[in-house]
Amino acid sequence: MEILNEDLGMVAESAAGLLSQSHPITAFRALRDSGAALGYDKAIVGEMAEMGWMGIALPEDVDGADFGFRAAGLIAEEMGKNLTAGPFLSTAILAATVLRTAGGDTLAQWGPRIAGGDAVIALALEEGVKHRPNRIATTATKAADGTTLNGRKSFVVDGVDADRLIVAAKDGDALVLALVDPQTKGVSVTSQVMLDHRNTAVVSLDDALVPAEAIIAEGDAAQAALDATLRAGRAVAAAEQLGNAKAAAEQTFEYLRTRKQFGVLIGMFQALQHRAADLYCELEQTSSLVAEALNALDQGRDDAEALSRAAKAKAARVGRQATEEGVQMHGGIGMTDEMDLGLFMKRDRALSEFLGDAGHHTEWLLKQRGI
Amino acid sequence: MTDLETFREETRNWLKANCPPEMREPMGEDDICWGGRKFEFSSPAQKQWLEVNAERGWTVPAWPKAYGGGGLSGPEQKVLAEEMKRINARPPLQSFGIWMLGPALLHFGSEEQKRHYLPQIARGEIRWCQGYSEPGAGSDLASLQTKGVDKGDHFEVTGQKIWTSYADKADWIFCLVRTEPDEKKHTGISFLLFDMETEGVSTKPIKLISGASPFCETFFDAVKVPSEQIVGERGQGWTIAKYLLTHEREMIGGSDSAIFAKSDLISDAAQAIGLDDAGRLDDPMMRAELGEFIVDEMAFDAHVAMTRAYMRAGNELGARSAELKYLGTELNKQRQSLRVAAGGADDLVWEGGSNDAGQAAKDWLRSKANSIEGGTSEVMLSILSKAILKMPG
Repeated sequence: MEILNEDLGMVAESAAGLLSQSHPITAFRALRDSGAALGYDKAIVGEMAEMGWMGIALPEDVDGADFGFRAAGLIAEEMGKNLTAGPFLSTAILAATVLRTAGGDTLAQWGPRIAGGDAVIALALEEGVKHRPNRIATTATKAADGTTLNGRKSFVVDGVDADRLIVAAKDGDALVLALVDPQTKGVSVTSQVMLDHRNTAVVSLDDALVPAEAIIAEGDAAQAALDATLRAGRAVAAAEQLGNAKAAAEQTFEYLRTRKQFGVLIGMFQALQHRAADLYCELEQTSSLVAEALNALDQGRDDAEALSRAAKAKAARVGRQATEEGVQMHGGIGMTDEMDLGLFMKRDRALSEFLGDAGHHTEWLLKQRGI
Repeated sequence: MTDLETFREETRNWLKANCPPEMREPMGEDDICWGGRKFEFSSPAQKQWLEVNAERGWTVPAWPKAYGGGGLSGPEQKVLAEEMKRINARPPLQSFGIWMLGPALLHFGSEEQKRHYLPQIARGEIRWCQGYSEPGAGSDLASLQTKGVDKGDHFEVTGQKIWTSYADKADWIFCLVRTEPDEKKHTGISFLLFDMETEGVSTKPIKLISGASPFCETFFDAVKVPSEQIVGERGQGWTIAKYLLTHEREMIGGSDSAIFAKSDLISDAAQAIGLDDAGRLDDPMMRAELGEFIVDEMAFDAHVAMTRAYMRAGNELGARSAELKYLGTELNKQRQSLRVAAGGADDLVWEGGSNDAGQAAKDWLRSKANSIEGGTSEVMLSILSKAILKMPG
């Protein structure tokens, strides 16, 4: 039940067209089978830049398309449906929003490169196994000729082969966001291939000295930039997870319509019909919640924070339902690598952890309501 | 200023001048204005609020002016709803005529019927009830057996209905009657309208587990219904009934539905149970359940808003009304279960003590009917699996 104006309708249509033709699930499979550590096809960055997607969250004066998060969510949803791998979330949403919120020279210098598809920038935020953006042990210490960074960052999505890393560190109580060249002495990037066959990096910072101009923001300004980035990132990630869940559900519904057992199509069985219809209803209301969160971001509304967290939590729950029901309703064949369900299930799991799981965001909402 | 901005300003001024302060207070079930010949207004303000709205067509803002409505466009309806909400104005009138019969008459009624019945609904003069379910026709509604025999200038109606909401308080009934006994079950039904004071009509309230009696058994013994009081063609009743049911389901599923007792679940729970030293509800398991509920409620509210926008854009909801009905009623059952669990022993009190003693328990019990009335959750899921998911069978 999408209510899209003409412009948004065109974004959705072109995303569906490009991704299903040039970067469909079969392409992702081939990429995985090639064993490439990067986890995505480098050419996609240029293609997405050409479509205006890499600059979707950037202002026009740095060559951005400035098209808003609702549009970004539509693209992410199509990426989810097609299992398209590419540094859209990491660079076009997270890094771009950090730079845009912080402004200044870094935006002027790196904005056009992101928008042009010439730079991949990864956010090095996490340190533990769960998303805890307020628990940062990495330190930023002022030195005569810049700032010295020390610490260890994990789950750095698209950190492998990134042109720059945005490192979150603490100088005392103050948050510091630094744009770090991974070639800097003292920085080591270890590549990991995750269960969803995407890359994440572990980044070690051992007395890594970065120049003064590498500091994007400090203190309240840095916190504001990080908060805005996470707010947007969660809603867009929820959109991708929703797309992933919708595709898993659609394949499952199609299976129910065509698979015969006991001499009948298994979609005749009411036990399966009702579970399928319940899943459909959950996907529908999650769609509306995700859209509402993205609209709230674009409109700068006060409830954008709560909505984007709720959207992330709900997408994780419905994503789990869709992929688990998908495998179960397919039966044995659902467990095979030949079917796409396993790919959806693995991507769903990774997206659930990325930028905070359902429990993390539900906890925030409970505190916001005063309990 | 755009036309819509002008409309907003005029609306705001009109509400300011015309909405009595008492009609801006939070309302309970007893404060609903149902209208009808037997209705007793709870205050002069309630009567006045109905009259000024009826005058303007704003009891049914979307209906055409010719039939007593406000003739407002989709965007204007939204502005009116927003401005009403802004000052917490109560709905001036709520009724089955507005939610169910009206839309069906607008779609299937003759011009004469629209001009006769719709303004009476809009002004709150006639209160309608719905004669659908029968003792032998619940989820399988189309198997209904109440007979309507063609006697030339009238149908003679004989049979029994059940779960007729407020039949004892209603003035007229819209009723499904089998007029074509030789046709198949879905094509032998007609949609008749008649006065509940007609000779041969009687009602008997049914006492429910909540202690209340919102539903009745309704009996028809050779009731004479003039032939012109049929809506649509003979045998078209099931088509009209289904159309009307989609509106009923939208109404039941809507987040501001009149049948859901809304309360501030979260602050009530905090008050009843208390917080621990870290400021969290002092009941970790319930807190976790409330957390899931908060997220589900936000999702559902977003979905209702999205659905309204979809309909204002001129789309018919059709089978998708089943989606709102299913989600909304299951959510309300969860809300009421959490509410009584949070209330603990206090919400076991049935009578005595404070004024609202037993209310939470009664609302909780009432909510169990949500996923039964207007089509059970299972019927909704079956409709969706066939109509939307195109499942076989």
